[in-house]
Amino acid sequence: MIAIIDYGAGNIKSVENAIEKLGFETILTSDFDEIRNAEKIIFPGVGEASTAMKFLKEKNLDILIPTLTQPFLGICLGQQLLCSYSEENNTECLGIFDVKVKQFPSTEIVPHMGWNNLSNLKGDLFKCVSEADDFYFVHSFYCELSENTSSECNYILPFSASLQKNNFYGMQFHPEKSGDIGSKVLENFLNLN
Amino acid sequence: MLKKRIIPCLDIKDGRTVKGINFVGLRDAGNPVELAKEYSEQGADELVFLDISATDEKRKTLIHLVEELSKEINIPFTVGGGISTLNDVDLLLKAGADKVSLNSSVVKNPKLISDISQRFGNQCVVVAVDSKQFETQDFVFVNGGKIKTDFQTLDWIKRAEELGAGEILLTSMDFDGTKQGFDVRLLKQVSEICNLPLIASGGAGKIEDFTEVFSKTNATGALAASIFHFGEVQIPELKLNLKQNKIPVR
Repeated sequence: MIAIIDYGAGNIKSVENAIEKLGFETILTSDFDEIRNAEKIIFPGVGEASTAMKFLKEKNLDILIPTLTQPFLGICLGQQLLCSYSEENNTECLGIFDVKVKQFPSTEIVPHMGWNNLSNLKGDLFKCVSEADDFYFVHSFYCELSENTSSECNYILPFSASLQKNNFYGMQFHPEKSGDIGSKVLENFLNLN
Repeated sequence: MLKKRIIPCLDIKDGRTVKGINFVGLRDAGNPVELAKEYSEQGADELVFLDISATDEKRKTLIHLVEELSKEINIPFTVGGGISTLNDVDLLLKAGADKVSLNSSVVKNPKLISDISQRFGNQCVVVAVDSKQFETQDFVFVNGGKIKTDFQTLDWIKRAEELGAGEILLTSMDFDGTKQGFDVRLLKQVSEICNLPLIASGGAGKIEDFTEVFSKTNATGALAASIFHFGEVQIPELKLNLKQNKIPVR
């Protein structure tokens, strides 16, 4: 069972649809035990960082998530919340990745919205993916480059398109909205041991 | 590199796709889910669905359509038409829409932009602006282009940005339906005063019109309807042509 963390914001339906299309059963939940016992966990996200952190704290998920050992994937805001700190309303985040989340300069076109390609792809999630493939991004805040960066994207400046540390994975792009190549990346995550 | 987006727009009336010429004289152009799948396979980067029959009664039909679309396509899509409350937005996003497009309702009640943006994030707030030139000034029109407002287009777009819009969908009513190309003048003026992603709409008639809008303006996407529905411009051929002209596309 794949648990999708439901925190009442944004478009979670398309993540659920994308996973079910790949033949996996999902449960949409914010329940401590259901998340703890899931085979894999997906933490999708659009929304605002401090509101999402507040929700996690109310459900004690801020304590649970760092202790999890099964494969865990944060998407978009989900990746940002796995970092240490976000400039979005000065939010202390979960601190799994020792990475700061910063705001794109407002002198440029923001949000970064649309299809962009990745570089320096590392790890199992990018099996069958090339630097020519494009993924769909929509965000105004970005994760800095770090030793946990598993792929980079360049918009205004280079940033972490994805992060990985042990069982924790993050993606700034939306695999569920990135056509067939996005499904491939999700499938690679779902097939992790 | 960020790619320029090609966005087919499907006007929905009573669950079917239609496209008006200069906002009147609707023609049936097919089933929206089938069209959406086909566009997605052809390489459309995003889709926009505008419900032009939006009444309370028809809204339920729209929600079902959005649910079906969310199951069938794996590229982003925007839904618009008659959205006037936070609850409307909540229902559409929960059904699987990625963004909502707002037009008349936010002109009447600009605070709705900030309310939606704060609750759901600015990435889902597309402010659609229908603009028409009078002498030397551009004015915002509402109610499907039927009613002129006192808002000047550039002022309104600036205000929408300040209130928390995430994207501007700019339709030039002077060019819409003419197939004479996009309104380069207006688009250039908008990108000088606004740092949001900007979708050009109205006037596309041939491949060269897309090349022109992307080489002469900062538009990040270009939208068209009937030329795609009736096969006058095919997306794979369009993208190949844009690539040959050094315009980054997926």
